[in-house]
Amino acid sequence: MAEKRIRVLLAKPGLDGHDRGAKVVALALKDAGMEVIYTGLHKTIDEIVNTALQEDVDVIGLSIYSGAHVPLSQKLMNRLKEKDLTDKMVLVGGNIPRRDIKTLIDYGVTGVFPVGARLEDIINFIKEKVKAYNEKIRI
Amino acid sequence: MKKSESDEIKDVILESGIKVKPVYGPEDIKDLDFDREIGQPGDYPFTRGIHPLMYRKRPWTMRQYSGFGTAKETNERFKWLLEQGQTALNVAFDLPTQLGLDSDDPFAEEEVGRVGMAVDTLQDMEEAFDGIPMDRISASLTINPVASVMLAMYLVVAEKQGISWDQVRGTTQNDILKEYIGRGTWIFPVEPSIRLIGDMVEFCSKNVPRFNPFSVCGYHIRESGANPVQEMAYAFEIAIAYIQEVLKRGLSIDDFAARIAFNFDIHGNMWEQIAKFRAGRRLWAKIIKERFKAKNPRSMTLRMIAGGGGGGLTIQQPENNIVRGAYYALISALSGTQTMALCSYDEAYTIPSKKAALISLRTMQILADEMGLKDTVDPLGGSYYIEWLTNEMEKAIKECMEKVEELRGMVQVIESGYIQREISRQAYLYEKKIQSGEIAKIGVNKYMMEEEMAEVEIHPFNPRVIEAQRRKLEEIKARRDEKKVREALFGLKKAARTHENVMPHVLKSVRSYATLGEITNVFKEVFGEFKEPVNL
Repeated sequence: MAEKRIRVLLAKPGLDGHDRGAKVVALALKDAGMEVIYTGLHKTIDEIVNTALQEDVDVIGLSIYSGAHVPLSQKLMNRLKEKDLTDKMVLVGGNIPRRDIKTLIDYGVTGVFPVGARLEDIINFIKEKVKAYNEKIRI
Repeated sequence: MKKSESDEIKDVILESGIKVKPVYGPEDIKDLDFDREIGQPGDYPFTRGIHPLMYRKRPWTMRQYSGFGTAKETNERFKWLLEQGQTALNVAFDLPTQLGLDSDDPFAEEEVGRVGMAVDTLQDMEEAFDGIPMDRISASLTINPVASVMLAMYLVVAEKQGISWDQVRGTTQNDILKEYIGRGTWIFPVEPSIRLIGDMVEFCSKNVPRFNPFSVCGYHIRESGANPVQEMAYAFEIAIAYIQEVLKRGLSIDDFAARIAFNFDIHGNMWEQIAKFRAGRRLWAKIIKERFKAKNPRSMTLRMIAGGGGGGLTIQQPENNIVRGAYYALISALSGTQTMALCSYDEAYTIPSKKAALISLRTMQILADEMGLKDTVDPLGGSYYIEWLTNEMEKAIKECMEKVEELRGMVQVIESGYIQREISRQAYLYEKKIQSGEIAKIGVNKYMMEEEMAEVEIHPFNPRVIEAQRRKLEEIKARRDEKKVREALFGLKKAARTHENVMPHVLKSVRSYATLGEITNVFKEVFGEFKEPVNL
């Protein structure tokens, strides 16, 4: 049986309107064979969590360029915990200064890909983590 | 040339798709009619510049983007920049303000005072311009869907300073169509948004004649992934959409075209950018004269702010951005810009720190005062290559405009999401070329270094701004005359529902200390909200 395609939700939380990065990553993930759902701009964290639930995605990618990545990521991780959706892998991209990466990982974010990250690194990271996760639940 | 030599050279194809030869000579511009296509600076078709003496008479305006936290903090930064020799202001608003949300709106929480200053009521604007002579220092307000509100606040503050509206200078960015393509601060659907721009143009042409009610931004279109030809072509198509809206109201082209301003991007190939601006000036003059039958030569001039190119800057080896900024400034000066605003070296991270803003300002001052850029107009004019490339760029921009017009114009291609999709796909192809090294980017795919994620000193965020703004809002609401507020907002709603110009009602609302959010909500009730076409 063919392996299930990885489903990714790419989301633009909050008020930031820079969507070039999110759209480029969306096109790259699609080319790599993943199902990509892009939220469009100005979404609340609740809207993003609901979409992730409805679309049954494996991965939620947040794209943030306004500098609000720390409070927005924290809000998302809290909401996922409340809804018992901790099986979703969360990635954060955007103009993230290095000093903030550890903070995001501490909140439970799986990977941070600042501006300049290689597309193939993002693709490989998602594939490996999803594969490892699926193997873990099979055992 | 021997065969072995010609075999060695690689093709050079510019981002806009134009192929470049290694050498140019007289035969490449033999059909060029100097008087008709180039002419003197200050004369139609303005290829060489829009003023006869350009910088010899007055150097470009220096207008660094600034604003953060509260209006008081921003006012201090404005004054400091002016003390350092900056000649005008370029105001950054935070995202809640840009999207018409008050600082106490739950959706605004993470963003109050972050990427610009927070404005909730007239009082914030009063504090921002306190002690700044608004008849001498012009401000450019980077504000789009709620530009009418910021214009009203700006005018009331000027009035309180004792400056009559006919003396007020400044610009509201107010280019909503590009917000749907890139940058993303849209609120209302396309049609009523264009109507608001029309209302402002009509109002300003009668009451604030020295104010530029909109500045069409090729800049953000290019930042979203468009090439230089598309940047200029799409900006012109957007400007045409606004012109058509204003003409519908019975104004003549010469009533307002001289106040149309543009905002363009600079990064990438130097010669391509310079030719883009020269070609753009020529083509715009022809469009305004031939298509819109303008009589006043000033209506035909392409006035622009250019200098920045955030998309050209890199997060890796950030100090290299200081050098890039200096080259972009040089390109801008060689292209005959009216106003320059450079992206600071920390642009890839955040809004500029004090140090980064000062380096940008000094970069422009060094160019103006030390390097001879003010000495003579259009110093590259007459170069075989530049004149040839100017011709090629003009042809390509025209063709690109024709394609949009075949698809029934800019409004149509934005509403359907066609143009957004085209530009995103181009951004993806560009990114792949960067990642493969096909397009060289120093520090990114060439000459990389281990410490490439070096930290730069970045502008610190003040989380206490939100409390200060909320407190101020409470105080103002307790103090103001609620009856006046309700009356003003009611009048605004009535005007928004009909074809009456909304500006007098926005002014009345602002004077009553109605909040930005309250005014925006009136528009939302009447106009509804934009539904983003999300198709990848």
